[in-house]
Amino acid sequence: MSELELTLKLRGDLSRDAASVAARFAETADGSGALDVAYAMVDSPFGPLLVAASTRGLLRLAYPDEPVEALMAQLAEEVSPRILEAPGRLDPLRRQLDEYFAGSRRRFEFPIDWRLVHGFGRDVLRVTAHIPYGKVSTYGDVAVRTGRPKASRAVGNALGANPMPIVIPCHRVVRTGGGLGGYTGGVQRKERLLQLEGGAPR
Amino acid sequence: MRLPPFQDLLDGNREAVYRFLVAAVGHQDADDCFQETFLAALRAYPRLERSDNLRGWLLTIARNKALDHHRRQAQHPLPTAPIPEAAAPAANPDHTEVWSAVRRLPAKQMSAVIYRFVNDLPYRDIARLLDCSEEAARRNVHEALKKLRGATYE
Repeated sequence: MSELELTLKLRGDLSRDAASVAARFAETADGSGALDVAYAMVDSPFGPLLVAASTRGLLRLAYPDEPVEALMAQLAEEVSPRILEAPGRLDPLRRQLDEYFAGSRRRFEFPIDWRLVHGFGRDVLRVTAHIPYGKVSTYGDVAVRTGRPKASRAVGNALGANPMPIVIPCHRVVRTGGGLGGYTGGVQRKERLLQLEGGAPR
Repeated sequence: MRLPPFQDLLDGNREAVYRFLVAAVGHQDADDCFQETFLAALRAYPRLERSDNLRGWLLTIARNKALDHHRRQAQHPLPTAPIPEAAAPAANPDHTEVWSAVRRLPAKQMSAVIYRFVNDLPYRDIARLLDCSEEAARRNVHEALKKLRGATYE
């Protein structure tokens, strides 16, 4: 290979420059209106949470056990493949989650995009969204409030499929007899959230 | 059609696109051209009909953005004197004259020579990107090298 051809290899490591230019692209994209889904990783006492939002609002909050690749594939398929890690859009939610885990925030003020939740599941989660901080409700109560008093089992399933745990507080729904019931992130996390809120059932 | 998340495209191709652009327009303008390239790609992405050659698709957009950039510069040359070398230490510390000669090549030869040596692409892929025969891709690289030798080692 000639000296000229070697010169044309463009020697020098450009990977760091490329990484920072690509990170800047997340902001460019978010400002353009063409970014359908922005996601970010948010530190929490449970480890890094993945949060994803459309231009309308929050679509997804996932505990660390959920593999990021599967989450991305789901969002690409069900919402849009125009997905980027663009933390700016989620900064307000990041701050609110920090405050919530520090015990200084009792409700979230971030719009919700309901498009990943359908039918009865959406009714259940909308009712659940209104259970106040520090209070608990039962599967039966939620069933009654959705207008289907006999559907407590279906309520349990809908809560188990909650795509936005913590923000939609499905941890505040417990069994009638005082048992905790299940939780999408594991029952230990449910207990911890209820302790944080000071509303653990006796 | 099932398309991968755009983040995968960015992660997997940012370096190839950036290297192409640094070679084609220089360090100074590579960042802006990079933003334009990926923004055009993001806008067009949901309408894409094939996903078997996403890198080629991105490198084609990058080439168009680089050529747009050259055209703009030709129409509106900067009124100020060229920035002295010392002011831009990061931009091609060596062989500056080779790279400016590369940027003065005819469009197809410039792209061919960058795809070949900067992006390390085989002639088969270069032919596909330039929409020509493999033979024509080789010829473009050959012609480009001849001109560069003439321009820089005379």
